[in-house]
Amino acid sequence: MKRRDARDFWLFVGPFLAGLVLFGYVPIGWSAYLSLFDARNTVTPEVFVGLDNYTAVLTNPAFTGSLLTFTGFAAGIVPLTFAAALGLALALERVRVARAFFRSVFFLPFACSSVVAALIWKTSLFSGVRSGLVNSALGLVGVDPIAWLGTADPPLYWVVLVTARLWLQVGFYVLLFLAALQRIPRQLYEAAWLDGAQPGWQVFRHVTWPQLRTTSAAVALLLLISAFQAFDEFYNLLGDARGYPPYARPPLVYLYYTALGSGGQDLGRGSAGAIVLALLVAGAALVQSRVLKIGRGG
Amino acid sequence: MRPLARAGAVLRWSALLVAAALFLLPFYLLVRNGLATREELTSPGWTILPAHPRWENFAAVFDDEDVPFGRSLLNSAVVAVLQTAGSLLLSSAAGYGMARIPYRHSGKVFAAVVATLLVPASVTFVPTFVMVSSLGWVSDLRGLVVPGMFGALNAVLFRQHFLEFPRELEDAGRVDGLGRWGVFRRIVLPNSTGFLAAVAAITFVGSWNAFLWPLVIAQDSDSWTVQVALSGLLTAQNPQLNLLFAAAAIAIAPIVLLFAVLQRQLVRGATESGAVTAR
Repeated sequence: MKRRDARDFWLFVGPFLAGLVLFGYVPIGWSAYLSLFDARNTVTPEVFVGLDNYTAVLTNPAFTGSLLTFTGFAAGIVPLTFAAALGLALALERVRVARAFFRSVFFLPFACSSVVAALIWKTSLFSGVRSGLVNSALGLVGVDPIAWLGTADPPLYWVVLVTARLWLQVGFYVLLFLAALQRIPRQLYEAAWLDGAQPGWQVFRHVTWPQLRTTSAAVALLLLISAFQAFDEFYNLLGDARGYPPYARPPLVYLYYTALGSGGQDLGRGSAGAIVLALLVAGAALVQSRVLKIGRGG
Repeated sequence: MRPLARAGAVLRWSALLVAAALFLLPFYLLVRNGLATREELTSPGWTILPAHPRWENFAAVFDDEDVPFGRSLLNSAVVAVLQTAGSLLLSSAAGYGMARIPYRHSGKVFAAVVATLLVPASVTFVPTFVMVSSLGWVSDLRGLVVPGMFGALNAVLFRQHFLEFPRELEDAGRVDGLGRWGVFRRIVLPNSTGFLAAVAAITFVGSWNAFLWPLVIAQDSDSWTVQVALSGLLTAQNPQLNLLFAAAAIAIAPIVLLFAVLQRQLVRGATESGAVTAR
Protein backbone atom coordinates (compact mmCIF):
# COMPACT_ATOMS: atom_id res chain seq x y z
CA MET A 1 0.00 0.00 0.00
CA LYS A 2 2.82 2.33 0.92
CA ARG A 3 4.54 1.66 -2.40
CA ARG A 4 1.32 2.36 -4.25
CA ASP A 5 1.03 5.65 -2.35
CA ALA A 6 4.55 6.67 -3.28
CA ARG A 7 3.94 5.81 -6.91
CA ASP A 8 0.65 7.75 -6.98
CA PHE A 9 2.25 10.74 -5.28
CA TRP A 10 4.90 11.03 -7.97
CA LEU A 11 2.32 10.44 -10.69
CA PHE A 12 0.35 13.44 -9.46
CA VAL A 13 3.12 15.73 -8.28
CA GLY A 14 6.03 14.59 -10.45
CA PRO A 15 5.30 16.44 -13.71
CA PHE A 16 4.75 19.75 -11.96
CA LEU A 17 7.73 19.30 -9.68
CA ALA A 18 10.01 18.40 -12.59
CA GLY A 19 9.10 21.65 -14.32
CA LEU A 20 9.51 23.63 -11.12
CA VAL A 21 12.98 22.19 -10.66
CA LEU A 22 13.92 22.71 -14.31
CA PHE A 23 12.64 26.29 -14.55
CA GLY A 24 12.98 27.35 -10.93
CA TYR A 25 15.81 25.63 -9.08
CA VAL A 26 18.20 24.71 -11.91
CA PRO A 27 18.31 28.25 -13.36
CA ILE A 28 19.12 29.73 -9.96
CA GLY A 29 21.88 27.18 -9.44
CA TRP A 30 23.22 27.83 -12.91
CA SER A 31 23.13 31.55 -12.31
CA ALA A 32 24.99 31.14 -9.03
CA TYR A 33 27.64 29.29 -11.06
CA LEU A 34 27.68 31.87 -13.88
CA SER A 35 28.00 34.67 -11.37
CA LEU A 36 31.49 33.39 -10.55
CA PHE A 37 32.65 33.64 -14.18
CA ASP A 38 33.27 36.19 -16.84
CA ALA A 39 30.14 35.37 -18.83
CA ARG A 40 29.82 38.11 -21.39
CA ASN A 41 27.65 36.90 -24.29
CA THR A 42 27.90 33.25 -23.27
CA VAL A 43 26.20 30.72 -21.00
CA THR A 44 29.22 28.38 -20.96
CA PRO A 45 31.98 30.61 -19.61
CA GLU A 46 35.59 29.56 -18.99
CA VAL A 47 37.22 32.43 -17.15
CA PHE A 48 36.69 32.01 -13.41
CA VAL A 49 36.64 35.37 -11.64
CA GLY A 50 35.63 34.40 -8.10
CA LEU A 51 33.52 37.04 -6.42
CA ASP A 52 34.54 39.80 -8.82
CA ASN A 53 31.06 40.07 -10.31
CA TYR A 54 29.58 40.49 -6.84
CA THR A 55 32.13 43.14 -5.94
CA ALA A 56 31.40 44.90 -9.20
CA VAL A 57 27.65 44.81 -8.62
CA LEU A 58 27.73 45.80 -4.97
CA THR A 59 30.15 48.69 -5.46
CA ASN A 60 28.45 49.91 -8.62
CA PRO A 61 26.67 53.19 -7.88
CA ALA A 62 24.04 52.15 -10.43
CA PHE A 63 23.15 49.12 -8.30
CA THR A 64 23.12 50.90 -4.94
CA GLY A 65 21.26 53.72 -6.67
CA SER A 66 18.63 51.26 -7.83
CA LEU A 67 18.06 50.15 -4.24
CA LEU A 68 17.71 53.79 -3.23
CA THR A 69 15.25 54.37 -6.07
CA PHE A 70 13.26 51.37 -4.86
CA THR A 71 13.29 52.69 -1.28
CA GLY A 72 11.99 56.07 -2.37
CA PHE A 73 9.39 54.53 -4.65
CA ALA A 74 8.22 52.13 -1.94
CA ALA A 75 8.04 54.93 0.61
CA GLY A 76 5.49 56.60 -1.65
CA ILE A 77 3.53 53.81 -3.27
CA VAL A 78 3.17 51.42 -0.31
CA PRO A 79 1.46 53.75 2.19
CA LEU A 80 -0.53 55.44 -0.56
CA THR A 81 -1.94 52.20 -1.99
CA PHE A 82 -2.50 50.83 1.50
CA ALA A 83 -4.48 53.88 2.63
CA ALA A 84 -6.45 54.16 -0.60
CA ALA A 85 -7.35 50.46 -0.59
CA LEU A 86 -8.38 50.48 3.06
CA GLY A 87 -10.35 53.72 2.66
CA LEU A 88 -12.22 52.48 -0.40
CA ALA A 89 -12.92 49.11 1.22
CA LEU A 90 -14.30 50.78 4.37
CA ALA A 91 -16.51 53.08 2.31
CA LEU A 92 -17.70 50.16 0.17
CA GLU A 93 -18.48 48.06 3.22
CA ARG A 94 -20.87 50.72 4.48
CA VAL A 95 -22.89 51.29 1.31
CA ARG A 96 -25.74 48.95 0.49
CA VAL A 97 -26.77 50.27 -2.89
CA ALA A 98 -24.49 49.82 -5.89
CA ARG A 99 -21.73 48.11 -3.91
CA ALA A 100 -21.16 45.59 -6.70
CA PHE A 101 -20.96 48.42 -9.21
CA PHE A 102 -18.28 50.29 -7.28
CA ARG A 103 -16.34 47.13 -6.61
CA SER A 104 -16.32 46.35 -10.34
CA VAL A 105 -15.15 49.85 -11.17
CA PHE A 106 -12.25 49.70 -8.72
CA PHE A 107 -11.28 46.22 -9.87
CA LEU A 108 -11.53 46.99 -13.60
CA PRO A 109 -8.00 48.46 -13.99
CA PHE A 110 -6.77 44.97 -13.07
CA ALA A 111 -7.91 44.04 -16.60
CA CYS A 112 -5.58 46.64 -18.04
CA SER A 113 -1.96 45.78 -18.70
CA SER A 114 0.75 48.06 -17.40
CA VAL A 115 1.76 48.79 -21.00
CA VAL A 116 -1.69 50.13 -21.82
CA ALA A 117 -1.73 52.15 -18.61
CA ALA A 118 1.68 53.57 -19.47
CA LEU A 119 0.38 54.55 -22.90
CA ILE A 120 -2.58 56.41 -21.42
CA TRP A 121 -0.54 58.12 -18.70
CA LYS A 122 2.39 59.03 -20.90
CA THR A 123 0.73 60.28 -24.04
CA SER A 124 -2.66 61.50 -22.85
CA LEU A 125 -3.25 61.97 -19.14
CA PHE A 126 0.16 63.37 -18.21
CA SER A 127 1.36 64.22 -21.68
CA GLY A 128 3.83 67.09 -21.52
CA VAL A 129 2.21 69.03 -24.32
CA ARG A 130 -0.67 71.45 -24.04
CA SER A 131 -3.17 68.85 -25.26
CA GLY A 132 -2.59 66.43 -22.35
CA LEU A 133 -5.61 66.07 -20.08
CA VAL A 134 -3.96 67.31 -16.89
CA ASN A 135 -2.23 70.13 -18.74
CA SER A 136 -5.52 71.07 -20.42
CA ALA A 137 -7.17 71.25 -17.02
CA LEU A 138 -4.27 73.30 -15.62
CA GLY A 139 -4.51 75.53 -18.70
CA LEU A 140 -8.05 76.49 -17.67
CA VAL A 141 -6.65 78.09 -14.53
CA GLY A 142 -3.79 79.69 -16.41
CA VAL A 143 -0.94 77.29 -15.61
CA ASP A 144 1.59 76.69 -18.38
CA PRO A 145 1.97 73.10 -19.65
CA ILE A 146 4.18 70.95 -17.44
CA ALA A 147 6.58 68.34 -18.85
CA TRP A 148 5.58 65.66 -16.35
CA LEU A 149 7.89 62.92 -17.55
CA GLY A 150 10.60 65.14 -18.97
CA THR A 151 11.32 67.00 -15.74
CA ALA A 152 14.03 65.40 -13.63
CA ASP A 153 14.42 68.25 -11.16
CA PRO A 154 12.05 68.40 -9.32
CA PRO A 155 11.36 64.73 -10.16
CA LEU A 156 7.79 65.19 -11.41
CA TYR A 157 7.94 61.82 -13.16
CA TRP A 158 7.19 60.23 -9.80
CA VAL A 159 3.67 61.68 -9.96
CA VAL A 160 3.12 59.79 -13.21
CA LEU A 161 4.75 56.55 -12.04
CA VAL A 162 2.95 56.47 -8.71
CA THR A 163 -0.53 57.38 -9.96
CA ALA A 164 -0.33 54.84 -12.79
CA ARG A 165 0.66 52.05 -10.43
CA LEU A 166 -1.91 53.10 -7.84
CA TRP A 167 -4.65 52.92 -10.46
CA LEU A 168 -3.50 49.52 -11.71
CA GLN A 169 -3.15 47.86 -8.33
CA VAL A 170 -5.43 49.36 -5.73
CA GLY A 171 -8.50 47.33 -6.76
CA PHE A 172 -6.80 44.06 -5.91
CA TYR A 173 -6.04 45.25 -2.39
CA VAL A 174 -9.58 46.65 -2.01
CA LEU A 175 -10.76 43.06 -2.58
CA LEU A 176 -8.41 41.71 0.09
CA PHE A 177 -9.55 44.31 2.63
CA LEU A 178 -13.23 43.80 1.75
CA ALA A 179 -12.90 40.05 2.29
CA ALA A 180 -11.23 40.67 5.64
CA LEU A 181 -13.85 43.22 6.71
CA GLN A 182 -16.60 40.75 5.96
CA ARG A 183 -14.93 38.16 8.18
CA ILE A 184 -15.09 40.38 11.28
CA PRO A 185 -17.78 38.92 13.59
CA ARG A 186 -20.83 41.22 13.89
CA GLN A 187 -20.99 40.58 17.66
CA LEU A 188 -17.81 42.57 18.13
CA TYR A 189 -19.52 45.66 16.74
CA GLU A 190 -22.61 45.04 18.88
CA ALA A 191 -20.43 44.67 21.97
CA ALA A 192 -18.57 47.88 21.13
CA TRP A 193 -21.89 49.65 20.68
CA LEU A 194 -23.11 48.38 24.07
CA ASP A 195 -19.87 49.58 25.63
CA GLY A 196 -20.71 53.02 24.30
CA ALA A 197 -18.06 53.30 21.61
CA GLN A 198 -18.77 56.12 19.16
CA PRO A 199 -19.45 54.85 15.67
CA GLY A 200 -16.73 55.98 13.31
CA TRP A 201 -13.22 56.52 14.61
CA GLN A 202 -13.58 54.80 18.00
CA VAL A 203 -15.09 51.66 16.53
CA PHE A 204 -12.50 51.63 13.77
CA ARG A 205 -9.67 52.13 16.24
CA HIS A 206 -10.76 49.49 18.75
CA VAL A 207 -12.60 46.89 16.67
CA THR A 208 -11.95 47.08 12.95
CA TRP A 209 -8.25 47.92 12.90
CA PRO A 210 -7.16 45.24 15.40
CA GLN A 211 -9.25 42.67 13.53
CA LEU A 212 -7.58 43.59 10.25
CA ARG A 213 -4.08 43.05 11.64
CA THR A 214 -3.17 39.94 9.69
CA THR A 215 -4.56 41.28 6.44
CA SER A 216 -2.89 44.66 6.93
CA ALA A 217 0.50 43.07 7.51
CA ALA A 218 0.02 40.83 4.49
CA VAL A 219 -1.06 43.71 2.26
CA ALA A 220 1.93 45.78 3.36
CA LEU A 221 4.30 42.92 2.55
CA LEU A 222 2.65 42.21 -0.82
CA LEU A 223 2.88 45.89 -1.72
CA LEU A 224 6.52 46.03 -0.73
CA ILE A 225 7.45 42.91 -2.71
CA SER A 226 5.52 44.08 -5.73
CA ALA A 227 7.21 47.52 -5.57
CA PHE A 228 10.54 45.67 -5.51
CA GLN A 229 9.58 43.99 -8.79
CA ALA A 230 8.48 47.20 -10.48
CA PHE A 231 9.60 47.20 -14.09
CA ASP A 232 6.79 47.54 -16.62
CA GLU A 233 5.65 51.09 -15.83
CA PHE A 234 9.19 52.39 -15.51
CA TYR A 235 10.30 50.85 -18.78
CA ASN A 236 7.28 52.03 -20.74
CA LEU A 237 6.81 55.44 -19.16
CA LEU A 238 10.42 56.59 -19.13
CA GLY A 239 11.96 54.64 -22.01
CA ASP A 240 11.73 56.01 -25.53
CA ALA A 241 13.48 55.80 -28.88
CA ARG A 242 16.61 57.36 -27.36
CA GLY A 243 16.79 54.73 -24.61
CA TYR A 244 16.21 54.94 -20.87
CA PRO A 245 17.26 57.94 -18.75
CA PRO A 246 20.10 57.39 -16.27
CA TYR A 247 17.84 58.17 -13.28
CA ALA A 248 14.73 56.40 -11.91
CA ARG A 249 16.10 52.90 -12.38
CA PRO A 250 14.65 50.47 -9.82
CA PRO A 251 16.42 47.09 -9.33
CA LEU A 252 14.82 45.18 -12.18
CA VAL A 253 15.36 48.01 -14.66
CA TYR A 254 19.00 48.12 -13.59
CA LEU A 255 19.24 44.35 -13.97
CA TYR A 256 17.56 44.36 -17.37
CA TYR A 257 20.01 46.86 -18.78
CA THR A 258 23.00 45.17 -17.12
CA ALA A 259 22.20 41.65 -18.24
CA LEU A 260 20.48 42.19 -21.60
CA GLY A 261 21.03 45.84 -22.39
CA SER A 262 22.13 47.20 -25.74
CA GLY A 263 25.82 46.97 -24.80
CA GLY A 264 25.68 43.17 -25.21
CA GLN A 265 24.75 40.52 -22.66
CA ASP A 266 26.73 40.28 -19.45
CA LEU A 267 25.23 37.19 -17.85
CA GLY A 268 27.92 36.88 -15.17
CA ARG A 269 27.23 40.29 -13.73
CA GLY A 270 23.50 39.97 -14.42
CA SER A 271 23.46 36.66 -12.55
CA ALA A 272 25.30 38.15 -9.59
CA GLY A 273 22.76 40.98 -9.52
CA ALA A 274 19.85 38.53 -9.74
CA ILE A 275 21.23 36.43 -6.87
CA VAL A 276 21.70 39.49 -4.66
CA LEU A 277 18.18 40.74 -5.38
CA ALA A 278 16.66 37.27 -4.85
CA LEU A 279 18.42 37.00 -1.47
CA LEU A 280 17.18 40.46 -0.50
CA VAL A 281 13.55 39.77 -1.34
CA ALA A 282 13.52 36.28 0.17
CA GLY A 283 15.20 37.63 3.29
CA ALA A 284 12.60 40.35 3.66
CA ALA A 285 9.76 37.85 3.27
CA LEU A 286 11.31 35.51 5.85
CA VAL A 287 11.93 38.27 8.39
CA GLN A 288 8.41 39.53 7.95
CA SER A 289 6.81 36.10 8.41
CA ARG A 290 8.97 35.55 11.51
CA VAL A 291 7.88 38.91 12.91
CA LEU A 292 4.25 38.10 12.17
CA LYS A 293 4.48 34.74 13.91
CA ILE A 294 6.04 36.26 17.01
CA GLY A 295 3.38 38.97 16.94
CA ARG A 296 0.68 36.32 16.93
CA GLY A 297 2.30 34.67 19.91
CA GLY A 298 2.95 31.43 18.07
CA MET B 1 -30.84 59.59 10.64
CA ARG B 2 -28.75 61.65 12.99
CA PRO B 3 -27.07 64.65 11.34
CA LEU B 4 -23.60 63.24 11.95
CA ALA B 5 -24.46 59.93 10.32
CA ARG B 6 -26.06 61.74 7.41
CA ALA B 7 -22.93 63.84 6.91
CA GLY B 8 -20.89 60.65 6.97
CA ALA B 9 -23.08 59.05 4.33
CA VAL B 10 -22.85 62.12 2.10
CA LEU B 11 -19.07 62.16 2.49
CA ARG B 12 -18.83 58.45 1.76
CA TRP B 13 -20.97 58.68 -1.35
CA SER B 14 -19.12 61.69 -2.72
CA ALA B 15 -15.76 59.99 -2.12
CA LEU B 16 -16.94 56.84 -3.87
CA LEU B 17 -18.41 58.72 -6.82
CA VAL B 18 -15.29 60.87 -7.31
CA ALA B 19 -13.06 57.80 -7.02
CA ALA B 20 -15.22 55.87 -9.51
CA ALA B 21 -15.05 58.74 -12.01
CA LEU B 22 -11.26 58.92 -11.66
CA PHE B 23 -10.98 55.16 -12.08
CA LEU B 24 -13.02 55.21 -15.29
CA LEU B 25 -11.25 58.25 -16.74
CA PRO B 26 -8.35 56.29 -18.32
CA PHE B 27 -10.82 53.98 -20.11
CA TYR B 28 -12.59 57.03 -21.51
CA LEU B 29 -9.23 58.36 -22.78
CA LEU B 30 -8.49 55.02 -24.40
CA VAL B 31 -11.72 55.06 -26.42
CA ARG B 32 -11.71 58.79 -27.17
CA ASN B 33 -8.13 58.80 -28.43
CA GLY B 34 -8.60 55.58 -30.36
CA LEU B 35 -11.44 57.17 -32.34
CA ALA B 36 -9.68 60.47 -33.00
CA THR B 37 -7.55 61.76 -35.84
CA ARG B 38 -3.90 62.56 -35.24
CA GLU B 39 -4.64 66.27 -35.39
CA GLU B 40 -7.43 66.09 -32.85
CA LEU B 41 -5.05 64.52 -30.34
CA THR B 42 -2.47 67.29 -30.58
CA SER B 43 -4.75 70.29 -30.94
CA PRO B 44 -5.04 72.42 -27.81
CA GLY B 45 -8.48 72.73 -26.29
CA TRP B 46 -10.09 69.55 -25.02
CA THR B 47 -12.72 67.86 -27.15
CA ILE B 48 -14.91 65.47 -25.19
CA LEU B 49 -15.33 63.11 -28.11
CA PRO B 50 -14.00 63.33 -31.68
CA ALA B 51 -16.41 65.11 -34.01
CA HIS B 52 -16.34 62.17 -36.43
CA PRO B 53 -15.36 58.93 -34.70
CA ARG B 54 -12.86 57.17 -36.92
CA TRP B 55 -13.76 53.50 -36.61
CA GLU B 56 -11.33 52.81 -39.45
CA ASN B 57 -8.50 53.34 -36.92
CA PHE B 58 -9.30 49.90 -35.60
CA ALA B 59 -8.66 48.37 -39.00
CA ALA B 60 -5.62 50.53 -39.74
CA VAL B 61 -3.66 49.16 -36.77
CA PHE B 62 -3.32 45.88 -38.63
CA ASP B 63 -1.55 47.54 -41.55
CA ASP B 64 1.63 48.59 -39.74
CA GLU B 65 4.59 47.15 -41.62
CA ASP B 66 7.16 47.27 -38.80
CA VAL B 67 4.95 45.87 -36.07
CA PRO B 68 2.94 42.73 -36.87
CA PHE B 69 0.01 43.62 -34.63
CA GLY B 70 -2.36 40.88 -35.79
CA ARG B 71 0.34 38.30 -35.33
CA SER B 72 1.07 39.59 -31.84
CA LEU B 73 -2.59 39.25 -30.85
CA LEU B 74 -2.56 35.68 -32.09
CA ASN B 75 0.67 34.97 -30.17
CA SER B 76 -0.84 36.37 -26.98
CA ALA B 77 -3.97 34.27 -27.40
CA VAL B 78 -1.99 31.09 -27.99
CA VAL B 79 0.38 31.79 -25.10
CA ALA B 80 -2.39 32.67 -22.65
CA VAL B 81 -4.54 29.66 -23.56
CA LEU B 82 -1.69 27.14 -23.48
CA GLN B 83 -0.20 28.57 -20.31
CA THR B 84 -3.55 28.57 -18.52
CA ALA B 85 -4.44 25.05 -19.65
CA GLY B 86 -0.98 23.69 -18.83
CA SER B 87 -0.77 25.36 -15.45
CA LEU B 88 -4.26 24.20 -14.50
CA LEU B 89 -3.56 20.60 -15.46
CA LEU B 90 -0.16 20.37 -13.79
CA SER B 91 -0.90 22.30 -10.63
CA SER B 92 -4.33 20.81 -9.93
CA ALA B 93 -2.81 17.31 -10.05
CA ALA B 94 0.15 18.41 -7.94
CA GLY B 95 -2.12 20.18 -5.47
CA TYR B 96 -4.28 17.09 -5.13
CA GLY B 97 -1.26 14.86 -4.62
CA MET B 98 0.15 17.09 -1.91
CA ALA B 99 -3.22 17.43 -0.20
CA ARG B 100 -4.42 13.85 -0.24
CA ILE B 101 -1.75 11.22 -0.87
CA PRO B 102 0.05 10.00 2.26
CA TYR B 103 3.74 9.87 1.47
CA ARG B 104 6.64 10.34 3.82
CA HIS B 105 8.43 12.99 1.73
CA SER B 106 5.26 14.92 1.01
CA GLY B 107 6.12 17.63 3.55
CA LYS B 108 9.54 18.18 2.04
CA VAL B 109 8.11 18.44 -1.46
CA PHE B 110 5.56 20.98 -0.30
CA ALA B 111 8.29 23.01 1.40
CA ALA B 112 10.31 23.00 -1.83
CA VAL B 113 7.28 24.27 -3.71
CA VAL B 114 6.46 27.00 -1.18
CA ALA B 115 10.09 28.11 -1.02
CA THR B 116 9.91 29.27 -4.63
CA LEU B 117 7.12 31.67 -3.63
CA LEU B 118 9.68 33.61 -1.63
CA VAL B 119 11.49 34.71 -4.76
CA PRO B 120 9.15 36.16 -7.38
CA ALA B 121 9.75 34.88 -10.92
CA SER B 122 10.42 38.39 -12.23
CA VAL B 123 13.46 38.75 -9.96
CA THR B 124 15.03 35.65 -11.49
CA PHE B 125 14.42 36.51 -15.14
CA VAL B 126 18.17 36.42 -15.83
CA PRO B 127 18.60 32.83 -14.58
CA THR B 128 15.46 31.73 -16.40
CA PHE B 129 16.70 33.42 -19.55
CA VAL B 130 19.99 31.53 -19.29
CA MET B 131 18.10 28.26 -18.95
CA VAL B 132 15.58 28.89 -21.71
CA SER B 133 18.12 30.27 -24.16
CA SER B 134 20.33 27.21 -23.70
CA LEU B 135 17.30 25.11 -24.66
CA GLY B 136 17.20 27.16 -27.87
CA TRP B 137 13.79 28.63 -27.02
CA VAL B 138 14.55 32.33 -27.58
CA SER B 139 11.87 33.93 -29.81
CA ASP B 140 10.06 30.62 -29.64
CA LEU B 141 6.55 29.82 -28.50
CA ARG B 142 7.93 27.25 -26.06
CA GLY B 143 10.10 29.87 -24.38
CA LEU B 144 7.08 32.11 -23.91
CA VAL B 145 4.71 29.40 -22.66
CA VAL B 146 6.55 26.70 -20.76
CA PRO B 147 8.37 28.45 -17.88
CA GLY B 148 5.11 30.16 -16.86
CA MET B 149 3.29 26.85 -16.49
CA PHE B 150 5.15 25.97 -13.29
CA GLY B 151 4.15 28.82 -11.04
CA ALA B 152 4.03 27.53 -7.47
CA LEU B 153 1.14 29.80 -6.51
CA ASN B 154 -1.46 27.77 -8.41
CA ALA B 155 -0.23 24.48 -6.95
CA VAL B 156 -0.44 25.93 -3.44
CA LEU B 157 -3.93 27.28 -4.16
CA PHE B 158 -5.13 23.89 -5.38
CA ARG B 159 -3.59 22.07 -2.42
CA GLN B 160 -5.44 24.43 -0.07
CA HIS B 161 -8.69 23.90 -1.95
CA PHE B 162 -8.41 20.10 -2.03
CA LEU B 163 -7.59 19.93 1.69
CA GLU B 164 -11.11 21.26 2.24
CA PHE B 165 -12.75 19.02 -0.35
CA PRO B 166 -15.43 16.77 1.25
CA ARG B 167 -13.85 13.35 1.80
CA GLU B 168 -17.23 11.58 1.69
CA LEU B 169 -17.48 12.30 -2.03
CA GLU B 170 -14.09 10.74 -2.65
CA ASP B 171 -14.94 7.73 -0.50
CA ALA B 172 -18.12 7.20 -2.47
CA GLY B 173 -16.08 7.10 -5.66
CA ARG B 174 -13.66 4.62 -4.17
CA VAL B 175 -16.54 2.35 -3.17
CA ASP B 176 -17.59 2.45 -6.82
CA GLY B 177 -14.18 1.02 -7.69
CA LEU B 178 -12.38 4.14 -8.87
CA GLY B 179 -8.62 4.42 -8.38
CA ARG B 180 -6.86 7.64 -7.29
CA TRP B 181 -6.73 9.06 -10.78
CA GLY B 182 -10.36 8.10 -11.40
CA VAL B 183 -11.50 9.77 -8.19
CA PHE B 184 -9.54 12.89 -9.12
CA ARG B 185 -10.81 13.05 -12.68
CA ARG B 186 -14.41 11.93 -12.23
CA ILE B 187 -15.27 13.26 -8.78
CA VAL B 188 -12.85 15.87 -7.50
CA LEU B 189 -12.38 17.95 -10.65
CA PRO B 190 -16.06 17.98 -11.74
CA ASN B 191 -16.98 19.15 -8.25
CA SER B 192 -14.40 21.93 -8.29
CA THR B 193 -15.41 23.71 -11.48
CA GLY B 194 -16.02 27.01 -9.67
CA PHE B 195 -12.54 26.97 -8.20
CA LEU B 196 -10.99 25.82 -11.50
CA ALA B 197 -12.69 28.71 -13.28
CA ALA B 198 -11.41 31.17 -10.67
CA VAL B 199 -7.80 30.00 -11.00
CA ALA B 200 -8.09 29.81 -14.79
CA ALA B 201 -9.46 33.34 -15.07
CA ILE B 202 -6.74 34.89 -12.92
CA THR B 203 -4.00 32.90 -14.67
CA PHE B 204 -5.28 33.91 -18.10
CA VAL B 205 -5.36 37.61 -17.20
CA GLY B 206 -1.87 37.42 -15.74
CA SER B 207 -0.55 35.66 -18.82
CA TRP B 208 -2.22 38.05 -21.27
CA ASN B 209 -0.90 41.10 -19.43
CA ALA B 210 2.62 39.79 -18.73
CA PHE B 211 5.38 42.04 -19.98
CA LEU B 212 8.90 41.54 -18.60
CA TRP B 213 9.34 37.88 -19.56
CA PRO B 214 7.88 38.26 -23.09
CA LEU B 215 10.08 41.33 -23.56
CA VAL B 216 13.16 39.33 -22.57
CA ILE B 217 12.44 36.16 -24.52
CA ALA B 218 10.51 37.31 -27.63
CA GLN B 219 13.29 39.04 -29.50
CA ASP B 220 12.05 38.64 -33.10
CA SER B 221 9.00 40.71 -33.91
CA ASP B 222 7.23 37.58 -35.17
CA SER B 223 7.22 36.16 -31.65
CA TRP B 224 6.07 39.35 -29.91
CA THR B 225 3.04 39.20 -27.68
CA VAL B 226 0.57 42.04 -27.91
CA GLN B 227 2.07 43.77 -24.85
CA VAL B 228 5.56 43.72 -26.37
CA ALA B 229 4.17 45.01 -29.67
CA LEU B 230 2.35 47.87 -27.92
CA SER B 231 5.46 48.72 -25.96
CA GLY B 232 7.50 48.73 -29.16
CA LEU B 233 5.06 51.16 -30.71
CA LEU B 234 4.94 53.34 -27.61
CA THR B 235 8.69 53.69 -27.19
CA ALA B 236 9.31 54.19 -30.92
CA GLN B 237 10.07 57.56 -32.46
CA ASN B 238 6.94 59.62 -33.16
CA PRO B 239 4.30 56.99 -32.45
CA GLN B 240 1.07 57.42 -34.40
CA LEU B 241 -0.94 57.97 -31.28
CA ASN B 242 -4.51 57.56 -32.45
CA LEU B 243 -3.70 54.16 -33.95
CA LEU B 244 -1.73 53.19 -30.87
CA PHE B 245 -4.77 53.90 -28.71
CA ALA B 246 -6.99 51.91 -31.05
CA ALA B 247 -4.52 49.03 -30.82
CA ALA B 248 -4.49 49.26 -27.02
CA ALA B 249 -8.29 49.22 -26.95
CA ILE B 250 -8.24 46.05 -29.05
CA ALA B 251 -5.61 44.55 -26.73
CA ILE B 252 -7.65 45.00 -23.57
CA ALA B 253 -10.99 44.04 -25.16
CA PRO B 254 -10.66 40.27 -24.51
CA ILE B 255 -9.87 40.84 -20.85
CA VAL B 256 -12.64 43.39 -20.35
CA LEU B 257 -15.01 40.86 -21.91
CA LEU B 258 -13.67 38.23 -19.52
CA PHE B 259 -14.37 40.62 -16.65
CA ALA B 260 -17.94 41.06 -17.81
CA VAL B 261 -18.53 37.32 -17.99
CA LEU B 262 -16.36 35.94 -15.18
CA GLN B 263 -16.28 38.77 -12.68
CA ARG B 264 -17.24 36.52 -9.75
CA GLN B 265 -14.55 33.97 -10.56
CA LEU B 266 -11.93 36.68 -11.00
CA VAL B 267 -12.75 38.25 -7.67
CA ARG B 268 -12.57 34.84 -6.03
CA GLY B 269 -9.29 33.99 -7.76
CA ALA B 270 -7.72 37.30 -6.77
CA THR B 271 -8.91 37.07 -3.17
CA GLU B 272 -7.70 33.50 -2.73
CA SER B 273 -4.30 34.11 -4.29
CA GLY B 274 -3.92 37.21 -2.13
CA ALA B 275 -4.82 35.19 0.94
CA VAL B 276 -2.30 32.45 0.09
CA THR B 277 0.56 34.83 -0.56
CA ALA B 278 -0.35 36.53 2.65
CA ARG B 279 0.28 33.55 4.89
